[in-house]
Amino acid sequence: MRPEAVEHPAAVRLSHWVAAGAVAVLVMSGLEIFAAFPSFGGKIPQHDLLALPEAIRLGGWLGGALQWHVTFAALLMAAGFAYAVYEAASGNYRQVLFACRDLAGVWPMVRHYVLRAPKPVVRGTYNPLQKLAYTAALALGFILAVTGMALYKPVQLSWLVTALGGFGMVRVWHFAAMCGLLAFIPGHLVMVALHGWRNFVSMWVGTRA
Amino acid sequence: MDSRTTPGRRLRRRELLKMTPLAAAGLLLNASARDRIVGGGQELADRISAVAFQPAHLAPVFADRDVTPFERYPLNSYLVDDPDVDLDGWRLSVSGLVQRPGDYTLDALAQLPRIVQNTKHVCVEGWDVIGNFGGVRIADFLAHVGAVAGARFLEVRCYDDYYESIDMESARHPQSLLCDEMYGAPLSRGHGAPLRLMMPVKLGYKQAKYVTSIQVTSVLAGRRGYWEDLGYGWYGGL
Repeated sequence: MRPEAVEHPAAVRLSHWVAAGAVAVLVMSGLEIFAAFPSFGGKIPQHDLLALPEAIRLGGWLGGALQWHVTFAALLMAAGFAYAVYEAASGNYRQVLFACRDLAGVWPMVRHYVLRAPKPVVRGTYNPLQKLAYTAALALGFILAVTGMALYKPVQLSWLVTALGGFGMVRVWHFAAMCGLLAFIPGHLVMVALHGWRNFVSMWVGTRA
Repeated sequence: MDSRTTPGRRLRRRELLKMTPLAAAGLLLNASARDRIVGGGQELADRISAVAFQPAHLAPVFADRDVTPFERYPLNSYLVDDPDVDLDGWRLSVSGLVQRPGDYTLDALAQLPRIVQNTKHVCVEGWDVIGNFGGVRIADFLAHVGAVAGARFLEVRCYDDYYESIDMESARHPQSLLCDEMYGAPLSRGHGAPLRLMMPVKLGYKQAKYVTSIQVTSVLAGRRGYWEDLGYGWYGGL
């Protein structure tokens, strides 16, 4: 196997699929946790903000959902940490992370995708819009991890809760970041579908061959 | 081309890789494997929580004006709001790894230094309120009854058959109270009269009400706590 034929290194593939599975579990168990107290304010008066169907929840009840949530949060944070170490050590982060110089390239890509304008010349592995999307997803994952830890240990991390505006606000940030991550997923799946089966398979096995 | 890159091996590896999502889904669909995985994850989270616990780090305390009004302080009971405790005949039975086991009255507790604090009560459901709590430090009471050095857990039993167990580090936290007063008055029957736990470093389900006995142990018996035995995390630390 020629090294340049490897599109996605093993560390990236592994962390990608761990993240894909864990995010699904975390969103569904998170909605079950939210359903136990579907509000962001104090106990009384309680406003039920959402009526969530059973089918998109996981865990059966709050206790079950919390077991799923802490287990897969630990798994996802471990995968995220391993991914960060790999990207930093390999230098690959340069092709993924959005930089200031990518800014000018975002709008031409939007025009290409939405208005069928001619495809701009893309330097590097990913185009500027793609880098923006990946960077946003990684940033949202980081925010979810930090706010999640603040919710799990609001006394040990009391300074963090204070900095984020209090316990109720941390729940709002955590929920909002989840919504942001959910917004990333349909666009990601559409682009994967548009780029065909071989592109998809390369995220499993590393190459298009 | 070395043997690692022969097409046969590559294909086998690719087929195996494609099987991994099926294997993962299979594990999670199997009920006993699933319970073992997520139960194990929670045990791991409990263990990390215990290591991360900072014994001298104080939970935030609040000004009187920030305290939730008493009538808006929620009542969450597991059986009934008032199990009809005989307040006059009440004693706190202390046993296990202590030098002075026996039955203690509220008057005996009153000999210890009194603590009054405005701290947060955080429910696992996601809500929280700030309450005013008075009582004595669990640490002072443990010294009073002579808890031995190797003791690791408190097993707490309640009048309404609720039960709890607490790790010694959290119990000895300077804000962890045997609480007999809320809002400057003796505990109401709904809030656990005459004695409840109030530990700002723990979630609400650890704050047992109507406490009748405390056993100091070095090993946790099978029954770890009412909600914990149904699936909540045992450590329940904040």
